[in-house]
Amino acid sequence: MGQQHDAYFVPAKSYWPFVAAVVMFTTVFGAAHWLNAEPGETGFGKSVLIIGVIGVLGMFFGWFRSVINESLAGSYNSQVDTSFRMGMMWFIFSEVMFFGAFFGALFYIRMFSVPWLGGHGHGVLTHEFLWSDYTAAWGANGGNGPEQAGGAFRTVPAWGLPLLNTVILLTSSVTVTIAHHALRAGHRGKILLFLGLTVLLGATFLYFQAHEYIEAYKELNLTLHSGVYGSTFFMLTGFHGMHVTLGTIMLAVIWLRVLKGHFDKDHHFGFEAVAWYWHFVDVVWLGLFMFVYIL
Amino acid sequence: MSYAATHDQHDDHHGAPKGFFQRWCMSTNHKDIGTLYLIFSLTMLFIGGSFAMLIRAELFKPGMQLMQPYFFNEMTAMHALVMIFGAIMPAFVGLGNWMIPLMVGAPDMALPRMNNLSFWILPFAFALLLSTLFLPGGGPAGGWTMYPPLSLQSSSLAYAVFAIHLMGISSIMGAINIIATILNMRAPGMDLMKMPVFVWSWLITAFLLIAVMPALAGAVTMLLTDKYFGTNFFNPGGGGDPVLYQHIFWFFGHPEVYIMILPAFGIISEIVPTFARKPIFGYKAMVFAIACIAFLSFIVWAHHMFAVGLPLGAEIFFMYATMLISVPTGVKVFNWVATMWGGSMTFETPMLFAIAFIILFTIGGFSGLMMALVPADFQYHDTYFIVAHFHYVLVTGALFAIIGAAYYWMPKWTGNMYSEFWGKVHFWNSVVWVNVLFFPQHFLGLAGMPRRIPDYNVAFANFNMISSIGGFLFGATQLIFVGVLIHCAFFSKKKATDRVWEGAKGLEWTIPSPAPHHTFEVPPVINDDELAHGHVND
Repeated sequence: MGQQHDAYFVPAKSYWPFVAAVVMFTTVFGAAHWLNAEPGETGFGKSVLIIGVIGVLGMFFGWFRSVINESLAGSYNSQVDTSFRMGMMWFIFSEVMFFGAFFGALFYIRMFSVPWLGGHGHGVLTHEFLWSDYTAAWGANGGNGPEQAGGAFRTVPAWGLPLLNTVILLTSSVTVTIAHHALRAGHRGKILLFLGLTVLLGATFLYFQAHEYIEAYKELNLTLHSGVYGSTFFMLTGFHGMHVTLGTIMLAVIWLRVLKGHFDKDHHFGFEAVAWYWHFVDVVWLGLFMFVYIL
Repeated sequence: MSYAATHDQHDDHHGAPKGFFQRWCMSTNHKDIGTLYLIFSLTMLFIGGSFAMLIRAELFKPGMQLMQPYFFNEMTAMHALVMIFGAIMPAFVGLGNWMIPLMVGAPDMALPRMNNLSFWILPFAFALLLSTLFLPGGGPAGGWTMYPPLSLQSSSLAYAVFAIHLMGISSIMGAINIIATILNMRAPGMDLMKMPVFVWSWLITAFLLIAVMPALAGAVTMLLTDKYFGTNFFNPGGGGDPVLYQHIFWFFGHPEVYIMILPAFGIISEIVPTFARKPIFGYKAMVFAIACIAFLSFIVWAHHMFAVGLPLGAEIFFMYATMLISVPTGVKVFNWVATMWGGSMTFETPMLFAIAFIILFTIGGFSGLMMALVPADFQYHDTYFIVAHFHYVLVTGALFAIIGAAYYWMPKWTGNMYSEFWGKVHFWNSVVWVNVLFFPQHFLGLAGMPRRIPDYNVAFANFNMISSIGGFLFGATQLIFVGVLIHCAFFSKKKATDRVWEGAKGLEWTIPSPAPHHTFEVPPVINDDELAHGHVND
């Protein structure tokens, strides 16, 4: 690559990876057991799941603490920094592909499976033999399929809360960038202010999102069971919401680390990684706003 | 060059740590983690292989012989899951772990702790998956592809889905690590176009892994929510479509089959030049062919679904796109043969496996081309023809390359030469019995025997019996391999030289045999004459 490295760095042995494998296993084992529990069975799976989740949180705390300590001790050179950056970039790429699967499902359902069920193009016979009275449509008039899965429902209007949430997330992207510039310029007060604002905007987004979900369930009868409309709506916005939650927590941790003076203008990979993640979450939302709410 | 590796612990400098847990569970050493991967993979090969033995035992004669149909279905599904995610993929990751840092002159993988996590997830994931065989409802029995609505009837779906999530996380982290290692940890002077083809093949494979494992995660997550949370992705009554699952699955699944063959291409591209004592023919063409195959792998997925009722335009597009793959693959096969042309060849065990790979993988490629034809595929879709096809590319393809790689690099790993005699016994038995096992399945398929059934028409009896005999003997032959491995690691008196093979070129042959616990702590000085591809100027 032509760049000069002072020295190769190989980290010391650590028990965290092994702990991570154990707690991840505990979590999914508990979850699988819980899902398969007979009605009335005691909460063995649930307890294991809770222990697993606590273990995962503890593992993240412990592993990141040891990495942060090593970073503060100056163990990481520029080559390690580059490896971390590549790791984060490719991780985000994998997340893009994960959302890609759900967006792909949405497009396939809207372009093919629902029209075909309505007798268009390729699906004439299915329509003829099974559901000849079904008219293909998206949204409230047919998005839950020929059997009206989940019953009649109404959709969330795009130009209410979702628009507000779009503005909130876009603003948060601006504030996190201002914080980044402040970090590069070394203005700590300004970083704390704008990063803090970003965290608050993220939390506000989540509050409105929760509000929207409650309204969808209580007022609109739009639920996870509302045919493929409900499936794609809640899975896409739900996974996005989980990522916003994670991003907000990460931003809050970075805020605390700024407060403790962990970053300087040259060494702040942790900050940048979280900022990248936040922009990614933002871009996914734009896709959602466009394809789930507006169109 | 005065760079020195830095460690937090100074005792780390001089060799492997003593404690068992310390060394194997807390490792940040690419060689130890590579060894763990390889041992895990070998274990899974025998577990998955024992499932295959049960399948062949049931199919030995027509009629129901040994097991209940549901158990038979469990065996076919689990055999595939264990072999794909437990044997083949971890073996390539293990080889990559061991060899990539040595080949590019890096002291270790770029992210050594994540490397350890990638490995340790796997034993737990497979414990979860295999435990379903002992649960009240039984294991997954809807095939490894887990098509809905059949797979949704399985009471162990959640276990299988979560196990796949864990394997996916492991694969993605492993792939990120390999990309970061190759792009960021190469010794100064090791340009991208001087890298061994094996390293190139892994770079491209790692990209494929990161691109498609999340799609699989998405697909199985939809299965999970359809079964347990009342979504309707794959339920036409709710507006969904079971074919949607197949699209997402094969968007993962087709690149996945190249994930299992591209590193094999890389291995063959290392072994053949060594034993032909010639540089590889058309290095750049080899690299671009791999990249080309990887690109095409994203636009051919629906050739697995010709019989589900796709629109005609889609069938034609995917047919032609699929046939296009034979062009870069043909380039590779041509170049391997051209590398051997006029070389001064010797036939040690790795070379034998490599040559068998080239011939038998090509047979698998041709049968693939046959099935790429839509009208022909209608005839033998879901028959034993496809079973024969993918076993030719995965057993005599991927697995033979892995075994060849093990023989090729074993002296570097252990410091001892393996027994050439027993290696050749292993090879000749493998290559004969694997053909007895799989070649008759072509005929069975063309005659119309469907796959995934425990009983069959008496018309298929002869070929099934031949196939089963081949299967048992091929399985038994692999015990020789274990014997050779154990002998080489612990009992062989014949020490390996540093270079091991007369014609071997590349950085991995400049270090002592066995490879010391830490290598290239100071970046090596790259001498182009030492490299297999030091002078690429075509």
